[in-house]
Amino acid sequence: MRLSQNSIALYVVVIALGFLASLLFPNELAQISGLVIVVVLIQTWILANKYMSVGQRAFVLYAVVIICGIAAPFAFPNYVTQIAILWLMILFALTWDMMGGQMGYNSLGNIIFFGVGMYASAIVQIGLYYDVAQYTSHAGAVKVQYDWFQYVFGMGLGLIAAAISAVVVAVVLGRVVFGLRGPYFAIGTLGAAIAAGELVGAWDYVGGGGGITMPTFPGSGDERSLFFYFALFGLALFTFAFLKWLYSRRYALAVNAIRDDEDKAEAMGIHTLRYKTVAWAMSAFLLGMSGAVFGNMSGFVEPLEVAFPTITFGIFMVLMALLGGKGTLWGPVLGAVVFHIIKELTWTYFLGWQWVALGMLIIINVAYFQQGILGWAQEKWPDFFGLTVDESDTREAAADASGEASK
Amino acid sequence: MDNISLLTMAPVLNVQLLVDGLLIGAIFALVAYGLALVWGVTNVKNLAQGDFVMMGGYIAYAMTLAGIHPFLALPVAIVLMFAFGWLIYKTVIYRVVDKDLFTSLLATFGIAIVVQQLLNLIFGPEVKIAESGFGIGEYLDGGLTVSNIKVIAFFLALALALVVVLFMKKSRMGQAIRATSQNARAARIMGIDTDKVYAITFALNAAICGAAGVLISMIWVIQPYFGTSYSIRAFVIVTAAGLGNLPGVIMAGLGLGALEQFGSFILGAEFQQAIVVGLLLVILVIRQIQQSRHRQVVK
Repeated sequence: MRLSQNSIALYVVVIALGFLASLLFPNELAQISGLVIVVVLIQTWILANKYMSVGQRAFVLYAVVIICGIAAPFAFPNYVTQIAILWLMILFALTWDMMGGQMGYNSLGNIIFFGVGMYASAIVQIGLYYDVAQYTSHAGAVKVQYDWFQYVFGMGLGLIAAAISAVVVAVVLGRVVFGLRGPYFAIGTLGAAIAAGELVGAWDYVGGGGGITMPTFPGSGDERSLFFYFALFGLALFTFAFLKWLYSRRYALAVNAIRDDEDKAEAMGIHTLRYKTVAWAMSAFLLGMSGAVFGNMSGFVEPLEVAFPTITFGIFMVLMALLGGKGTLWGPVLGAVVFHIIKELTWTYFLGWQWVALGMLIIINVAYFQQGILGWAQEKWPDFFGLTVDESDTREAAADASGEASK
Repeated sequence: MDNISLLTMAPVLNVQLLVDGLLIGAIFALVAYGLALVWGVTNVKNLAQGDFVMMGGYIAYAMTLAGIHPFLALPVAIVLMFAFGWLIYKTVIYRVVDKDLFTSLLATFGIAIVVQQLLNLIFGPEVKIAESGFGIGEYLDGGLTVSNIKVIAFFLALALALVVVLFMKKSRMGQAIRATSQNARAARIMGIDTDKVYAITFALNAAICGAAGVLISMIWVIQPYFGTSYSIRAFVIVTAAGLGNLPGVIMAGLGLGALEQFGSFILGAEFQQAIVVGLLLVILVIRQIQQSRHRQVVK
């Protein structure tokens, strides 16, 4: 009985969400097909709940997500870029949560690796066939035409360079900032990200504040958007799979121990600095690659708005992880999806007020809804998540026990 | 870098930069003192500090639009910002005051964004100034020019700081605030309503910021997004001086003002923000080195 009530509630919530989302798509066909997809998804979910084991259910969930991910650009060809950004946002939230949620080190400057990766790939891709200084000094007057092989080869090398340079920056920066605890860490990393943007803006070799125009994609416009869609989709999937594997290892226990009490963790023999550096290097690795892809996707790299957007992407990643529920695997994903929908809606319907809405969202989220969506759901329906609440040492249990003993 | 040789060739320029820096530094110190107050008492690191300053500035600007002299905006801004600070405490800050530190940081960051954007929507993104109508004083045979309002603002900032310090030392509320900052639990046992103390402290800080904002709107320029750099400056000063160290805050404030003037003269005005942020990083690293030395002793 409980299940059916739940499923009705789920239906209502998801159809409401679907309706909100359909406001985004003025096309009627897209609206109807969107609703049909939503209904099919819920029906699958209910059937899965009824007849499948936990493992099978998880398999169905992953299959549905992957199929939706592959089908989305063909079902909504007008919104390929927006959905691609959604995958980027999921990656952002997941990589932020590696530090902030799992390890308790709340960085406000992770965006630095995004920018470093973007610039590293830009330098490699252009430097492969041109002289970078000469190219940037023309400020985009020279159009770079690459053929398919040159482009893909250059981008592959660019991705590798982006990942490596981001990791190097993470290790070096980690040496400096990991001594800082609590809010000093957040402020220090925020300062580092702002400083990085200013420094790159003053560096003429990479075009300074004027930025760099990236090589033009050799294919047609549709091919281009599909190419970058699948690049970001693949990167986000890889991130999720990697983290799912990682969080089942000893590593997760160690970083959670650092979050709960760093001094005790150190006393237990965990090499905390090494774990912190590795965690940051891994999130830098993923963020660096996403930066390289995003730089190519936007076609233009510029220090303040594109590469080191501290107060947009840099804050979004924190907010998404908090909104979904930090310290969980699915929380950041959920938070990113909800946040992206809210953001697109406010940017469309409340233009001019969108930043006020964003600030209000931050305040409400941290002041009134700290546990996040997933945390709230876990509290509400612990059975659904396979959580058991251990009440043996609560005050009520102790009172009962003493009452029975006195009888 | 050519400007360095300019400084050696015309020594009076050094005096000019130093005086400008010290005069503006007093206001930085005032803002930083407010930050240290809230930080020390409630343990909330207020990232909206600079945006409260801008609010005060825009109150003065709005009053000049109505034809009222910005000096009269000083009491108005203090009262309005006190009420605003109280309101913010009662709606947002009380929820995060005993949460972990990052939560309060993010909550005040959200407040900062909302304030910035509302100011932008109301007053527009252009740079504004509240004209005070005072002349320019010339000293050292015309080599040193200082607008009179800067000198007046300097002394007003000192007077305000003095009033706040006296309030903290002498009044019952000030004593309660200091007791709460030393040990909130013990203060509660002694019958102090700590929630009220927190609210007063936060509101007092907002009022201090509002007053500083009025002064800044007269001697410099205000713009909705300039608040962030005042927040960073306040953090630089408090981190350098430490909490509860009033002489340190004043010295660091004056020093930062002078350093910024010299730095932006030598490197160019567009690096002013980068200088402050870089300074913050340097101070944090120095603090960390000091702490690691301390930890070695513990080992």
